[in-house]
Amino acid sequence: MVAKYDLNDDSVVIIGSGAGGGTLANELAQKGIKVVALEAGGRYLPQDYINDEWESFGQLAWLDTRKATGGWRVARDFGGLPTWIVKAVGGTTTHWAGASLRFQDHEWKTLTNYGQVAGASLLDWPIDAAEMDPWYAKAEAKMGVTRTNGLPGLPGNNNYLVLEKGAKALGYEEVHTGRMAINSIEYGDRMSCQQTGFCFQGCKWGAKWSTAYTEIPLGEETGFLEVRERAHAARIEHDDTGKVTGVVYFDADGQEQRQAARLVCVAGNTIESPRLLLNSASSMFPDGLANSSGQVGRNYMRHTTGSVYSVFEKPVRMWRGTTMAGIVRDEARHDPSRGFVGGYELETLSLGLPFMAAFLDPGGWGRSFTSAIDGYENMAGMWIVGEDMPQETNRVTVDTDVLDQHGLPTPVVHYDDHANDVAMRDHAYERGMAIHEASGAVRSFPTPPYPSTHNLGTNRMSDNPRDGVVNRWGQSHDVANLFVSDGSQFTTGAAENPTLTIVALAIRQADHIASEMSAGNL
Amino acid sequence: MTKIDRAGLTRRELLARSVAAGGSFLVGASWVTGQSAAWAVEVAALKPETMATLVQMARDIYPHDRIPDDRYVVAVKGYDTPEQAPMIEEGIAALNAAARGKGFDSYLAAGWEDDRVAMLKAIEQGEFFQTIRAGLVTGLYNQKEVWPLFGYEGESYSHGGYIDRGFNDIDWL
Repeated sequence: MVAKYDLNDDSVVIIGSGAGGGTLANELAQKGIKVVALEAGGRYLPQDYINDEWESFGQLAWLDTRKATGGWRVARDFGGLPTWIVKAVGGTTTHWAGASLRFQDHEWKTLTNYGQVAGASLLDWPIDAAEMDPWYAKAEAKMGVTRTNGLPGLPGNNNYLVLEKGAKALGYEEVHTGRMAINSIEYGDRMSCQQTGFCFQGCKWGAKWSTAYTEIPLGEETGFLEVRERAHAARIEHDDTGKVTGVVYFDADGQEQRQAARLVCVAGNTIESPRLLLNSASSMFPDGLANSSGQVGRNYMRHTTGSVYSVFEKPVRMWRGTTMAGIVRDEARHDPSRGFVGGYELETLSLGLPFMAAFLDPGGWGRSFTSAIDGYENMAGMWIVGEDMPQETNRVTVDTDVLDQHGLPTPVVHYDDHANDVAMRDHAYERGMAIHEASGAVRSFPTPPYPSTHNLGTNRMSDNPRDGVVNRWGQSHDVANLFVSDGSQFTTGAAENPTLTIVALAIRQADHIASEMSAGNL
Repeated sequence: MTKIDRAGLTRRELLARSVAAGGSFLVGASWVTGQSAAWAVEVAALKPETMATLVQMARDIYPHDRIPDDRYVVAVKGYDTPEQAPMIEEGIAALNAAARGKGFDSYLAAGWEDDRVAMLKAIEQGEFFQTIRAGLVTGLYNQKEVWPLFGYEGESYSHGGYIDRGFNDIDWL
C-alpha cells in the first residue's frame, strides 16, 4: 500500500515531515498526487517515546551542529543549541505542547496596525483573517482542537488552577484551559488525554495531534506517499531554465542520492529551510536558491519568550497533567499604552526536575539556585509567548568553515532582542509574577528564554519579490516550482503558538498546488 | 588502585560497589575537615584528597542538605579517568592554592560554606568551574535516586497517567 518511488520518478518532493511538510504530504496524497517526503530523522511512534526528559531529548532533538550568536541570552546559555526542535518523522509536532490559537485579525497586518517601528522590518502579510478563516476551520477539524467544533475543553490541572485563581483575582477575563490539539474526548481514532505529563517528549497515548501518527500514515494509506526517513537533504538542483529538477540528499547509510522532482516543497523548519536554499547556490543563483531578494535567512523570529516559575507554601505538583494546561489571553491584544506594540499570551508550562535544573536559571548555582530547586514540588509555572519584531539582521547564515556530518556548511543563528521585545518581556514577567502572587506565591523566578521552539520568518511571504522570498501561496518568487511550506514563510510571528497557522497554510497550499498542477501551470 | 581510607573496610567496600553500580547508599555525617568518616569510594586516577575536594566542591555549587554525599560522588565519579584526571588535579590544586591565599590549609580546611563559596566565586568564569558546574546539572539532577527528595515523581505512563491520580487535587487554593 505504501508507495515506493524510483529516484527518477518526478514526484512532488517535500523536505521535512512536521506540521507543514507532514500535513502537505498527506493533503497532496489524498488528492492522488505522488509525493516523496524526505525526512532527516527516524520514525518514532507513541510506543517508542520515552517519558524521561534527557533520554527523550537524546532520542528526538535536532542536535546537529549549530551556532547561536548575538545579544539574546540563548547565545550565552546554549551557544551550540539555538533551538529545541525535533529530528524525526513528524518533526516538532512530536514535541509541541498542542496550543492551537488562530492569529488575531490585526496581526495579519502589523505594519498597517502598529506603524513603522524603528529597527524592525514589519510587513503586512499578503493574506488576512478572512482569507484564512476556512483554512483554519479545516485545520482545527483535522487536529481536533478543543473548544472548536463542539469539542470540550480539557480539564485543568493543578498548575492551571493556580494560574486561573491568580489571573481572575487580577481581573483577567479570558482565562481557560486553552484551544488544544489534545483530545479531550476520543477523536480521529485517537484516545483522550490521560493527564500524564511529558507532552514535550511525545504523547505515549497519541492523544496529542502529531503528523507522525496522523497525517503521515493517512497519507501512506493512499498509496501515493512515500516517506523516506533518515534522508538528509543537501541541496536542490535546477535546470538551465531555472526550474528545480531534483533534491540531492544523504540516505540512512550516508550515501549521496538524488531524487528527481517536478516540484519541491521546503519544510525543514526555519533554520534548515533557509540553510538548504543557501547551500543550493549555483552559478545561476549565486546568493542561494530563491534569494534574488537577499531575504533568505533574514527576519528570523522566535517569539518573545520567558517563563515565570513560583514557589508556594504547599505542593502544586505542576508536572501532573498536560504541560500546557491553560492560558491567559487578555494581554495578547495590541495596546501600545503598555509601552510596546503587539501582545503576548501567558500559558502554563511545567518542566520535570532535570530540565528545571537546566533551564530555571542557566548558569546559576549556590543556595539562591538550590533553594529554588528545593521548592520544586511547590512550584507552578507559566510561559510567555509574544510577538517579536522581525529584524533584517536577525538571520540564519551558513558557515562554510564548519561542516556537519555530511560535509555541509552549518547554520549560524543570529538574534538580538529588539527594544520592543525587551519591553514586552519585562511587562510579561511583572504580570506573570503578579498572577502567581495573587494565588499565594512566596517567591517567583523570571526565567530566561529556552532554546527556540517557535522558529519563524526566514523565507518570508510578501507580494513584493523585493522584500520577501515567497508569494501568498508560499511559492518562491524566483523559482515557480519551488515552495516553502513551514513556519519560515511567516511574514510576522503574531502572539500565538504557530503550529495551527502552519497547518492551515499547508492545507491551503496543497489545494493551490493541486489546482495549479491540474491546470497545467506547474 | 588507591582507596580513600577514612572508614572501615567493610563499609568502604560496600559503598564502592554501590557507587560503581550506580545504586543508592545513604551514609552519615560529613567527612570534611578531618572529622569522622562518612563515605568512601575507590579512586582509579585521581588522588584521594582530590576526589574528596571535588565532592565538596560539587556540594558547594549545588548544596542540597537533603541529598547525601554519595549522590555527589556519583555525579563527579566520571572524572576519575586517566583522560580527565589531569584537568581535575590542576583545577583542584589551583583551588587549594587560592585557599592558602585566604589563610586556610586547603579548600577542605575552610569550615564555613561561605568561605568556600567565596573561593568558587573567584573562579566561576573559568573553564574548570564551568565544566564542573555544567556537568553537575545532569550528573546530579538526572539521578532518579534524587528525584523523590524533591517530590518529583518521574514518569506516570506506566501508572495510567494522573487522570485518576491527582492531576487536579490541589486543595489549598
